[in-house]
Amino acid sequence: MAQTRIILGIESSCDDTAAALLRAEPGRPVGEILAAEVFGQESLHAAFGGVVPEIAARAHAERIDVVTEAALARSGLTLADVDAIGVTAGPGLIGGVLAGVMFAKGLAAARGLPLWGINHLAGHALTPRLVEPIEFPYLMLLVSGGHCQFLAVEAADRFRRLGGTIDDAPGEAFDKVAKLLGLPQPGGPAVEAEAGEGDPARFALPRPLLDRPGCDLSFSGLKTAVRRACDRLVAEQGGLTRADRADLCAGFQAAVVETLAEKTRRACAAFAADHGPRCLAVAGGVAANAAIRAALRTVAEEQGFGWSAPPLRLCTDNGAMIAWAAAERMALEGPDDLTLSARPRWPLDREAAPLLGSGRKGAKA
Amino acid sequence: MPELLLEDPDATSRLARRIAPHLRAGDVLELHGGLGAGKSHFARAVIAARLAPLGRHEDIPSPTYTLVQTYDLGGIELWHADLYRLGDPDEIAELGLSEAFETAIVLVEWASRLGPEAPSRALSLSLDFAPGDAEGRLLRIEPRGGGWDWLAGVLGGAKGAA
Repeated sequence: MAQTRIILGIESSCDDTAAALLRAEPGRPVGEILAAEVFGQESLHAAFGGVVPEIAARAHAERIDVVTEAALARSGLTLADVDAIGVTAGPGLIGGVLAGVMFAKGLAAARGLPLWGINHLAGHALTPRLVEPIEFPYLMLLVSGGHCQFLAVEAADRFRRLGGTIDDAPGEAFDKVAKLLGLPQPGGPAVEAEAGEGDPARFALPRPLLDRPGCDLSFSGLKTAVRRACDRLVAEQGGLTRADRADLCAGFQAAVVETLAEKTRRACAAFAADHGPRCLAVAGGVAANAAIRAALRTVAEEQGFGWSAPPLRLCTDNGAMIAWAAAERMALEGPDDLTLSARPRWPLDREAAPLLGSGRKGAKA
Repeated sequence: MPELLLEDPDATSRLARRIAPHLRAGDVLELHGGLGAGKSHFARAVIAARLAPLGRHEDIPSPTYTLVQTYDLGGIELWHADLYRLGDPDEIAELGLSEAFETAIVLVEWASRLGPEAPSRALSLSLDFAPGDAEGRLLRIEPRGGGWDWLAGVLGGAKGAA
C-alpha cells in the first residue's frame, strides 16, 4: 500500500490567497484536510462593484507566506513534516499566479521538496474525489463566477470538455443582475433570496441556446434581457417596486435553472454514450444556489447518475483542492522542475474547440 | 463624430472585425457603456478577428474576475482588461496596464475607471441601447491623439455595409 503524504497546497490565481495542508495517499480518494486558510474573501464579498483591494501581485506576495504559516500553525505541523508542494500555475490573473509560483519554487528549493504545478481548473474538477470515493470517469459541471463547463473527467490528467458557456459564466450573471437591481454582493445569495418571493412567470426572459443541440451555454444575453426589462419598468413607472425586483430575480433564476438543467441532461446523455451513467459532480459557487442544486440533482437521478456536490468551502478558491490535485498527479508522474512557470491561459482540454467568443451568436436580448 | 447605429450583435461583430486589423502596439481601445451594452461582445469580436489569421480559435473568457486576459499574437500582445471591479486608479500600474498601454494592443472595458491613468492617445468607443426594444446599439467613436487616420475608411465602409 502506498504511503500517505503531507502536501502543502498554495492558490493565488484570483482574489484569494490560500494555503492548505492535506494528508493523502497519491491517486487514492479521499484526502484529509489538516488545515485550510483563505485570505481575501471578506474583502471580495464586501467589494464587488466597489473596491477590490487585493487584485495585485503585491497583495498576494505580501500574504502568501503569512497564509502558509497560518495553515502550518493551524495544523500543528512544521515545514519539516511536509512531503510535497502543489501550487496553482494557471490559469488566472498573471501577477497572482506568478506570486504563488515564485513562492512555491523558493520553498521547494530551500527545503528540497518536490513541487507540482497545478491547473486551477483541474483543482476544481478533481475536488469531488477529495471528499468522496468516486472513481474515474465522472461527469463534472464546474459552475462559478468565472467558469462554466461540462467535463468528462477520465483521469487526473485527462479532461474532455463536452460543452460550456460561449460568453459569461452564470456566477457573473448573478453578480451583475444583483448590481442592476441594487442588491448586495455577492449576487448569488441576494438574488436567490429575492427570487424566493417572486413570480418567475411574470417576465418572459430568454432561455439562451436551448433551441440548439449540444450542451453549450450562454448567459450574457440573459443578463442584458434583465437589464432591458428593468429599464422598461423604470421608464414606465419611474422605478422598481419590491415586487418587481423579486419577480425579475425569480424570472432570471428560473431561466438559469431551466437552461442549466436541460444542458446537464444533454451532457449526461453525451457522457453516458461513452461511459454509461456514472456520477454527476457539481462544483463551484453557483452550485450553492438551492434551486439550481435541486434541479441538477433531479436531472442526475432521472439519468441514472450518482450525485456529488462538494461543500461550498471547497468549491470556492482554496488550497486544499490544489494539494489534492498534486496528490492525484503524484500517482501519475514526477514533479515539475524549477523551470515551472506561470501560465495565464491554460485550457484543461487542449483538444476541444473553443466556445468563448467563438463568434457563435449568444442569447438575444 | 456622429453616432453609428449597429442594428444587431452581428453588426457590432462586423465593425469590430474591420477595426481589428488596424490595431498596433500602443493602441488603446476604451470601451464605455453600461451592463449589457455590448462591450464584451465587441471586445471578443476584435480578439477573435486577430486570432483567426494566426489559425487560432481560442476561448475568450470574461475578464471581469481576472481583470486582465492577455493574448500572445506572435510578436505583439493583446490585453483585454475589465475595470468593473477596480477600486483605485493606483492599481492600474500594478496590473501592468500602464506599461501595456505603450507596448501592447489594449482593450479596456469600463474605461472611465482609468481616471487620471487614462492614456493620452486612445480610441474611445461608447455603446448604448438604441431607442426601442430592438437589439440595436448606438456607437459613438471618439479618437484621442493622433494615428487614427484609418478610422474614416473603416467607418465609411461600415455605413456602406449598413
